[in-house]
Amino acid sequence: MGWFDNGWGLSLIVFLPMVGALAVLFTPKANEAAIKALSLGFTVVTLGLATLMAFRFDFGASEVFQFGTSLTWIESINSGYHIGVDGISLPLLVLSAFVTVLAVIYSFNHWPEPHNPKGFMALTLVLATGMNGTFVALDLVLFFVFFELVLLPMYFMIGIWGDKAIMKIPGFNREVETRLYAAIKFFLFTLFGSAFMLLGFLALYFKSGEFVAERTFDIPLLIHLGSNGAFTGTFAFLVFGALFLGFAVKVPMWPFHTWLPDAHTAAPTVGSVLLAAILLKLGAYGFIRISLPILPDMAKDWAPAIAILAVIGIIYGSLACLAQTDMKRLIAFSSVGHMGFVMLGIASMTSVGINAAIIGMVAHGVITGLLFFVAGSMSHRYHTRDMGRLGGNMKVMPIMGGILGFTAMASLGLPGLAGFWGEFMALFGAYSPLAGLNTTLFRTAMVLGAIGTVLTAGYMLWMLQKVNLGEPSAEWEGQHFHDVDAYELTAWVPLVVAIVAIGVFPRLVLGATNDAVVSLVTKAFGG
Amino acid sequence: MIKLTNFAIAATETGRAAQYGEGNPFLEWAWLIVIVPFLAFLAIVFFGKRLPRRGGEIAVGAMAFVAVYAAVLFIMNVTGGVEFVGDPVEVGKIGTFAIEWGWVVDGLSSMMYLVVGLLAFLIFTYALGYMEGDVRVTWFFAAFTLFAGSMLLLVSAPNLIQLIVGWEGVGLSSYLLIGHYWEDKENSSAGMKAFYVNKVADIGLIIGAFVLAIPVGSFRISDILTAVVDNPEAIETVAMVGAVLLFIGAMGKSAQFPFHVWLPDAMAGPTPVSALMHAATMVTAGVYLVARMFPLYAEMAADARGLVITIGAITLIIAGLLAVVQDDIKKVLAYSTVSQLGYMVAALGAGAYTAGLFHLWTHAFFKGLLFLGAGSVIHSVHSNNMSDMGGLRKPMPVTFSTFVAGTLALAGIFPLAGFFSKDEVLAAFNHEGYTAVLVIGIIGAFITAFYMARTVFLTFYGTYKGHGHPHESPKVMTVPMMILAGLAVVGGWVNIPGLYTGFTEWVGTRAHPIAEHHAESFDWPVLAIGLTAALLGIVAGYLLYFKDKQTQLERDTFRIPLLWPLLEHKYYLDDLYLGGIVNPIKGPIARFVNWTNSYIFDGIVNGAGFLARAVAGVVYGVFDQRGIDLALNGLAFTTDGAGGKTRLLQTGKVQQYAGATVIGAALLVIGFVIFR
Repeated sequence: MGWFDNGWGLSLIVFLPMVGALAVLFTPKANEAAIKALSLGFTVVTLGLATLMAFRFDFGASEVFQFGTSLTWIESINSGYHIGVDGISLPLLVLSAFVTVLAVIYSFNHWPEPHNPKGFMALTLVLATGMNGTFVALDLVLFFVFFELVLLPMYFMIGIWGDKAIMKIPGFNREVETRLYAAIKFFLFTLFGSAFMLLGFLALYFKSGEFVAERTFDIPLLIHLGSNGAFTGTFAFLVFGALFLGFAVKVPMWPFHTWLPDAHTAAPTVGSVLLAAILLKLGAYGFIRISLPILPDMAKDWAPAIAILAVIGIIYGSLACLAQTDMKRLIAFSSVGHMGFVMLGIASMTSVGINAAIIGMVAHGVITGLLFFVAGSMSHRYHTRDMGRLGGNMKVMPIMGGILGFTAMASLGLPGLAGFWGEFMALFGAYSPLAGLNTTLFRTAMVLGAIGTVLTAGYMLWMLQKVNLGEPSAEWEGQHFHDVDAYELTAWVPLVVAIVAIGVFPRLVLGATNDAVVSLVTKAFGG
Repeated sequence: MIKLTNFAIAATETGRAAQYGEGNPFLEWAWLIVIVPFLAFLAIVFFGKRLPRRGGEIAVGAMAFVAVYAAVLFIMNVTGGVEFVGDPVEVGKIGTFAIEWGWVVDGLSSMMYLVVGLLAFLIFTYALGYMEGDVRVTWFFAAFTLFAGSMLLLVSAPNLIQLIVGWEGVGLSSYLLIGHYWEDKENSSAGMKAFYVNKVADIGLIIGAFVLAIPVGSFRISDILTAVVDNPEAIETVAMVGAVLLFIGAMGKSAQFPFHVWLPDAMAGPTPVSALMHAATMVTAGVYLVARMFPLYAEMAADARGLVITIGAITLIIAGLLAVVQDDIKKVLAYSTVSQLGYMVAALGAGAYTAGLFHLWTHAFFKGLLFLGAGSVIHSVHSNNMSDMGGLRKPMPVTFSTFVAGTLALAGIFPLAGFFSKDEVLAAFNHEGYTAVLVIGIIGAFITAFYMARTVFLTFYGTYKGHGHPHESPKVMTVPMMILAGLAVVGGWVNIPGLYTGFTEWVGTRAHPIAEHHAESFDWPVLAIGLTAALLGIVAGYLLYFKDKQTQLERDTFRIPLLWPLLEHKYYLDDLYLGGIVNPIKGPIARFVNWTNSYIFDGIVNGAGFLARAVAGVVYGVFDQRGIDLALNGLAFTTDGAGGKTRLLQTGKVQQYAGATVIGAALLVIGFVIFR
């Protein structure tokens, strides 16, 4: 298996979906069976390879980049095709490959209007390459390319297959189609964040020339420089700020979150799922992979600000949820709160907190992904997402209602299910942040975060009461509702299993991350 | 007052060397009593519907297994003492902190296993009859099994993380069961209330766990207690803060003032749920937590423990008073539970570990019994209200006689179970010098006897005021009641000062033994006053309620001005929480936040977009069209390019808007950089 371990395996995981997208594009539009078979085949093989990689991964050396390769790519700027996975990226890579397969399966009988499976699958596959690539890239330019590659397919997914309802822009007397507004907002918001991120990358590149013979975009090399105190002062402060903008928009952190509710609500179901499960993780991953280890001193300076914004996000997102009438928009806002916990974990700059962030991301991926699946299927059947009109779903569709109830419980952080660990450990991290950080501030953040968990339970149970419980409203009387179908079950059961498995046996994630995180923290902050 | 610091001496005095420990197969496999209910839960969910009793048989079978296994462990503890910590399974590591699943069998947990297992078995059996024909019988038994399983997980926990997992599992199951009839919004709201109140209190538990885990470097309870016991001075502050925070968590589950408000509403669930919740699986969790962590509280300065005893004393009196004014028979019992939990908590606060647990033990029997009796009555008359009852002693002789046994036990009449445990609690207050609490406890004893007498007379004496023909319940329901009635009579005989004090030894068998005072004989004056208070309570109940009256208004003739309305409104606590906290958050605050999102944060983004679009329009019209400024052509080109892209979306206006937003967002970002 030498070829597999020396970069080929990883490259296949990244580029197979792209090849699949090309294959789909060369298939006649009418041949839907072939399109389905191709997209499923390519994503399943990708997941197979990712799983194989997880089994071949040396967990004893999870802080080392494995399965990687480093080739010359753009010689003139000394940017290389440098890839590899360590314990931090492995769980996210597997998650990405995993959720993509489920998204493809679910699509098979849930093509959003205006149909066109060919285009939809091709975009999904391109998206997969972008997501997988971001998690394995070890060169800033390569990272940037993958990071941006994700944008376009999602833009088109929302813009073409999204919600066609006309919306009014609050405060401005304008009306616009929801999908267009959301797509453009998503695209531009992210793009401008990443413009600054690119500036930050370039600044690091030029600065690195002062320490090594040839300027470099190489992430491990920059980490080495950074942990030895290469980047300091105003320069580092500004660079961190630039990266912060790029990543914070993507997470999204309050107050850069406003693209998220619109994008999620407008996106077709599969778009929302991928957006929530994977795309939101790119930002936080960027913090952990790039900002923290390369600019450790600045990370420490910025930590209180990050913690404050994270906690505001938790409280703000939860409160906003309580004011929603649209079920999908409620779930979208819940992501603001959940990602707040992830960022609170990162802000604590401890191994506990960063572990919390990663397991929180994986958990949020499977849980919120599933929530969006269910919300999508429900609005597909009821033709509305208005919680005022829903109700008594447990009577109408008991299995779907049961899965919704289960997932909502997982989402509110019930111990024994996946969502608990991220929240619990993030609070634990905040209780005892890195030495030198303001303990009072972080403990206040912890208490507020803990209050956030109550609010989270508040809106989740409230949603269940509105949607699942009570008697179905009269308007659904006499209509036939088909409970979950085979495609839905195939896509959802693996997520349910994953939620329970991670909840009972968190080592599935922590086993990979812990050593890598401890090593990261030790290198960056000396313990 | 005794200062409990010297544990080395205490251990030899009170600790009992355990005969059964490592290597014993029953102990090595004791994790089965935790796992089996969870497996049963899955089995019921997936296969229950296909079985003749719709899954109830799996639930009862699982509880029978738990009860028998727990009985074996209990007997081992009685005969020789057990102390055993199973090899934990490490399921993850966070930094240096291990996440582990494990199990503990010692005197304390084996007592709890038996209480949970036995009560669950009897109540589940009863539920086979009670819930027959219910809309969701299968789901009921699934959730019921989960309830018992979560409690066993909590009790078996060797570390605080597992304890929290079981703890919140109990909370979840109670939410599911209280809201069992969720067609009615009121019922699902009651479930939510229980969940929220507990979740708020859980903040204390979780942060308390952090506070203790950080300096000790471990979430293991044994590590924490060892650190506390070995070197109390070193972590004095930590121990105190941690103990108080854990106690806040306990206050939620054990319905202590001011968190008690969820428990009466929890009556919305089916009666067997109330029985189990009040006897074994939920409200005892807080008491168990304090008992499990007891060395921590014993080490605390007396004034810090004062919080525990104060909360307990307040709870016991205010809840007892509330029980007096209820018409709903289950609510009488609910407030009674709150009040009795107050006794347990106050006892623990006074440093009387055994007395607190002893009351938990006897209370489990008689309160479980009383709820089953109430359920039997409700099952028969189809109403919870005592104004629809009356005269039921004739048609329901078994229910009547067992209910009376439970009443006398709860009232603390010699020689029934409650007499011994309540006396021990009162004697402990006296011995530790908490005279005020002793007085409150004695008043509480009077009130307890009074409201129970009231309940018995209103329900079983006088004339029947309901509709239909009341009838005795089937055997599947009455037999568990008879067994519990037996236990309510004899349950207290296991700890009689001067005669036989087995219970003290049983729960004293644990890794960090408890040093406490054990009386050689009864505290006769306290005993006499306490018993007199109880008897007076019954007499007062007889005088006021024995004579048949038709309406509630005629009935409750002793409406004390000011106090009565206060009680009827439950001290306005619900109104305070709802009006002062929940509604503002749900309503105006949430709406305001959403408004800021739409109008402020989105407003900035959108506004920047529109502004930029206007600027772009001017630029394009004034400069570009006149072909003057080449540089600005580039800007206009951007507008055009973005527009081209959106043309793919086949709309007219969007391209302008897109271009405008590009520039707008650029301005926004620049603004952020400049004004940061």
